[in-house]
Amino acid sequence: MPTPFKPSVKLTDNDVTDKNVYLNRRQLLKSMGFIGASSLLAKSAGAAGWFWEDEKKTDMFKTQPLSFSTPDAYQISETLTPQAKVTTYNNFYEFGTSKDAPAKNAQGLQTTPWTLKVDGLVENPLELDADDLTASFPLEERIYRLRCVEAWSMVVPWIGFELRALLKKAAPLSSAKYVAFETLYSPAQMPGQKSRFMGGGIDYPYVEGLRLDEAMHPLSMMAVGLYGETLPPQNGAPIRLVVPWKYGFKSIKSIVRIRLTDKQPPTTWNRLAANEYGFYANVNPRVSHPRWSQSSERRITTGGLLSRNRIDTQMFNGYREVASMYKDMDLSRFY
Amino acid sequence: MRLLNQPVRFSSLTRLVLKALIHLSAIGYLVFLFYSGVTDNLGPDPVDTLLNETGIWAIHLLFITLLLSPLAKHLPSPEPMHFRRMIGVYVFVYACSHLATYVLFELQLDMALIASEIISRPYIIVGMLAFVLLFLLTATSFMRVRRRMGKRWQQLHNSIYVITGLTLLHFSWSQKTFWQEPVFYWLFAVLLLQGRIRGIVLQAYTRWRRRRVKT
Repeated sequence: MPTPFKPSVKLTDNDVTDKNVYLNRRQLLKSMGFIGASSLLAKSAGAAGWFWEDEKKTDMFKTQPLSFSTPDAYQISETLTPQAKVTTYNNFYEFGTSKDAPAKNAQGLQTTPWTLKVDGLVENPLELDADDLTASFPLEERIYRLRCVEAWSMVVPWIGFELRALLKKAAPLSSAKYVAFETLYSPAQMPGQKSRFMGGGIDYPYVEGLRLDEAMHPLSMMAVGLYGETLPPQNGAPIRLVVPWKYGFKSIKSIVRIRLTDKQPPTTWNRLAANEYGFYANVNPRVSHPRWSQSSERRITTGGLLSRNRIDTQMFNGYREVASMYKDMDLSRFY
Repeated sequence: MRLLNQPVRFSSLTRLVLKALIHLSAIGYLVFLFYSGVTDNLGPDPVDTLLNETGIWAIHLLFITLLLSPLAKHLPSPEPMHFRRMIGVYVFVYACSHLATYVLFELQLDMALIASEIISRPYIIVGMLAFVLLFLLTATSFMRVRRRMGKRWQQLHNSIYVITGLTLLHFSWSQKTFWQEPVFYWLFAVLLLQGRIRGIVLQAYTRWRRRRVKT
């Protein structure tokens, strides 16, 4: 009899960061009373624009509360990254290349109607509409580490279901070896797809891929929400992939199509710079990126400059149970 | 090209007030950035914001110093030149803050990591080169040193153009793709410096021609 899957990380959830700590930051600014600082600073709002414009905007994307279970196996004791940070520090080049651009530019994304197709080498092609995404499978909350290839990391409470549940429903043919994912292509809504400067000059739509065994791993998750609510657009609404043992760029956002294939599918960053980004992109402290050492990372939670947030990066981002899938591979070659 | 008939002149009081304002803004912004950073009011990742802001403002100030001599010529006015050393020194101060942020808050004084990053990351090497040159310019920016150096002073300080190139290369290289913000900075730098680049190239060419004619 197969033993039930047990994740290596199994702790309790009681360290949730208080949202109020984060929301009070403006007060601190006001109390400074620095003469002329605000007028001086307004000019350089580009990168530091964060503190001037977060009064609740009326045209913010509306997220909905979700109901879900919280299996103990996926709670961890590490401090969560505050919700406001998770939703304002994003790489989503479809909405601009700076970290704050997606939160600013993605609020108008239309997620209803939405169609997620599952096709290719399957017995039972599927089409899920917007409601199906949250209603077809029982939802659960899982707290995962997110390790970006840029050597920073977060801890995020995702809500979703296992990718394998979706794939099983579509029933992959025995010829299926890989799973290809595709993000929405909609230049009218995604300024980065319209202009090379906004989108960093990468080819759209964004595509990603997994080997079938990776996709069928219980850790691989389709997320439809975070922090108890449906995903905001900058985090990949209405549905995204989360593969916690791989660098963040593998966890493709706003997915419209999942295709089972017999060949390794092209992936966006690999296509752009194959020497920097491999197909596998497993978190690996021993294989450095040409621009960043991957041996350690800075964990983004609360705390300012003086908090010592650099921690050692763990193999497979600490999810050691995936190691057996790569046991005969040279991971410095298949990075 | 002359924009005005009369050369612009400031009273010494105006000059003093302007300088005070520049000091106040340049230092004030740094103090503000570090204070907000320490109190976690500098965006989701204070280190990232601080790196970006100190870096980008070092470049902005560098561009301003490069604008001053054409401005003096075309206004015309001797005044812009009174501010060039001061703003130039602030380029170095911002570059220092940028490097300090990287070492103290990004790498957090992990010596092994600092060493390996400086050796093996091309964009860091390029940035460090620019920093060393900037340091030399700052160290020789005092009038006494300038007088003592004579002709060599100008030769050394022409390396500001090399610094501009290295800095923009560092900026471009630090991005994950080419088509981003730095492209605009390159365009601006080329526009700003085209006359001077042409001058330097022409000068070199004539020198080379003359040498060939002689032999």
